[in-house]
Amino acid sequence: MRKFFEKIVEGGLLISGSVSSLTILLIVFFLFKEAGGLFNTPATEEGYVLAVNKSNDVGKLSPEMIMDIFDGNITNWKDISGMDQDILIFRFSDLTNYYTEEELGDEFQYVPQKISELVAKEPGIIAFFPKQYLLENGFQGKVLPEEKITLGEFFGGTKWYPTSTPAPIFGLIPLLLGTLLVSIGAIVLSLPFGIAVAIYMAEIANKRTRGLLKPIIELLAGIPSVVYGFFGLAVIVPLIQKTFDLPVGETAFAGSVVLAIMALPTIITVAEDAMRTTPRAMKEASLALGATQWQTIYKVIIPYSISGITSAIVLGIGRAIGETMAVLMVTGNAAVIPTSFFEPVRTIPATIAAELGEAPAGGAHYEALFLLGAVLFLITLILSISVEYISSKRKI
Amino acid sequence: MIKIDAQNVDFYYGDFHALKNISMQIEANTSVAFIGPSGCGKSTFLRLFNRMNDLIPDTRLEGKIFIDGRDIYSKGEKVDTLRKNVGMVFQKPNPFPKTIFENVAYGLRVNGVKDNEYIEETVIKSLKQVVLWDEVKDKLKDSAFALSGGQQQRLCIARALAISPSILLMDEPTSALDPISTGKIEDLIHELKKEYTIVIVTHNMQQAARVSDKTGYFYLGELVEYGETRKIFTNPEKESTQNYITGRFG
Repeated sequence: MRKFFEKIVEGGLLISGSVSSLTILLIVFFLFKEAGGLFNTPATEEGYVLAVNKSNDVGKLSPEMIMDIFDGNITNWKDISGMDQDILIFRFSDLTNYYTEEELGDEFQYVPQKISELVAKEPGIIAFFPKQYLLENGFQGKVLPEEKITLGEFFGGTKWYPTSTPAPIFGLIPLLLGTLLVSIGAIVLSLPFGIAVAIYMAEIANKRTRGLLKPIIELLAGIPSVVYGFFGLAVIVPLIQKTFDLPVGETAFAGSVVLAIMALPTIITVAEDAMRTTPRAMKEASLALGATQWQTIYKVIIPYSISGITSAIVLGIGRAIGETMAVLMVTGNAAVIPTSFFEPVRTIPATIAAELGEAPAGGAHYEALFLLGAVLFLITLILSISVEYISSKRKI
Repeated sequence: MIKIDAQNVDFYYGDFHALKNISMQIEANTSVAFIGPSGCGKSTFLRLFNRMNDLIPDTRLEGKIFIDGRDIYSKGEKVDTLRKNVGMVFQKPNPFPKTIFENVAYGLRVNGVKDNEYIEETVIKSLKQVVLWDEVKDKLKDSAFALSGGQQQRLCIARALAISPSILLMDEPTSALDPISTGKIEDLIHELKKEYTIVIVTHNMQQAARVSDKTGYFYLGELVEYGETRKIFTNPEKESTQNYITGRFG
C-alpha cells in the first residue's frame, strides 16, 4: 500500500516536471513560429497590388522607397534611378476623382477596366489598389513583383513604421537601441547603489537595522510595476524635465531611473544573500591577519560571493530589459534612434504591449511583434548563458 | 620572559558567565596547551588574545590581558596591529578563494606591503617553514581549494606566519585532519616553538602531552589547573584534572 502511494507521488512529480518543461518549449516554439512568418509575408499590404505604367523601367521597390513615395518625400522617378517623370500617386480611394460613378458601373463592374486604362494613360503613375480589381486579362500596366520582407530589412532597418500603407516598415534598430539604452542606464544607476546596500546589510548593519531594512526592501519588490510607472510619470518625469530644462520629461533617462528603482530590491536581496553565505571562518581568517573590515569585505567577501553577485546583476538586467508597463509609461515611446539619454525612446517590450492590440492576428505587423519578442528572448538567453559561463570560469 | 599575562579575566556572552576569574602567565617561546571538555571556555579564552571575541555582539570582558606588557584591551590599542602580532590558525582549514600564493601573500598585502620582491621571498620562506614548499612550488597559481585538508591547514599556518607574528594561536588545528597530517602539524609545532609563542586548544590528550611545555585544564569556565605538562599528565593536583585526563569523563 505504501509502495503504491510512493509510486503515485513519483508519477505526479514526473508529470508536473515534464508538463512545465513542455510548456516552456511550446511557448518558445510558438514564439519563433509566429515570428518566422514575417519573412514569408509580402512587404506590401496583403491582398493589394502596386502597379506602374508599362513604360516605367523601375523594377523593384523597397518598402522604404514605397513609403517615401506615398509620403511625398520622393516626387520624381529619377530620384530612385528611374526615368525623369513626376510621380503620380493613385490610391484606390482616388478613383472617383478620375471617373464618375456611372463610368464605374453600379456594382463597380468596370473598375478593373478603368484602372487598367488609367495606368496605361499616365506615364508617372503608381497605383495601389485591391487585387480583386486587377484586370485579369490584358491589364495594360506593369504589376510590381511582390517583395518579401528580408532579414536585412528587419535587423538592419532604422525605421519602425508598422502601420504605414501601402508598405509598413519594420526596422529593429531604433527599438533595440532604445531597449539597450534604457536598460544599461538602469543598471549603471542601480548597480553601485544596490551592491552598496547589500554590503551594508550583510556586513555592517547591526541586527536591528537589518531587521528593519530587509522587509522594507522586500516590500519594494512586491509593488506592481504599473504603480512604479505611475510614480515615475507623476514625480520623476516632471523632475527630470525641470532639472535638465527639457522640452519633455518622458525620456530614456526617466525610464532608466524608474527601472533602477525597480531593479534595486532584486539586486539587493540576491547580492546580500550571496554575501551572507561567506563562511564566518573565512572572515575571521582575514581579520585575524590584521585586515580591516573593509579589506575583508572587498578582498574576501566579494570575491567569495562573486557568482551570487553576478546572478544578482543578471536578474537585475533581466528585470530591466523585460520590464514593460513602467517603461511604456515614462519613456515617451518615440520609435526613433536615440542620440542622447534625454530623448524619448521606445523599448521592445513597450512596443509589443502597445501595438499588439491593434495588429491583426496573422498579419505582417503581428508577426513582426512576435519577432521582437523572439529577439528579446534571445537577448536574455545570451545574457544568462554568458554570465553562467563567466561565473563558472571565475571560480578559483 | 612573560609573553602573555592574563589577570583576573571574566568574560560574559550576554548573561552567560563563560570565563570565571582566570589568571595565567605564558612565557615567550614556549607552547601551552588548553584542554578541557567542550564548552569549558578554553577556545573563548584563546580568542581573547587576538580580540576575536570582539566580533561577537553582546559580550563583555572584565580583568586585564597584557601582551609584551601592553594592555591589549585598553582604549588606544589598535586591533589590527594586535592581530598582526598574534596570528591564528582555526579549527577547520579556511583558505581564501584565491591562489596558493595569494593566500600566503594576503596578510602582507592587507598590511600595506607593496614590495613584490619582498612578498615573494616571504611567501616562499613561509611555505618552507611549514614544509609545504616542495608540494606546492609548481602550482602556486592554482586555487588553494585544490590542496588536501592537511595541506590546506599547513597553508593556513604559513599564511599566519607570513606577517611574522610573535604569538601563534591554534584553535584545535588538527581536529579535521587525518593522523598523518596531524603528525606533520605536530612536528611543525615543535619547530615553530623555537621562534614563536604557541597556544593550542586541543581535545586530543596525547597531542597536548606531545606538543606542549605547559598545560592548562579548564572546566566550566574555570582554570582548574595550570602547570608543567609532564606534571599535569603524571601527577595532577586536582582530582577533576585526573578524571579528565584518564578519560573518566569529557
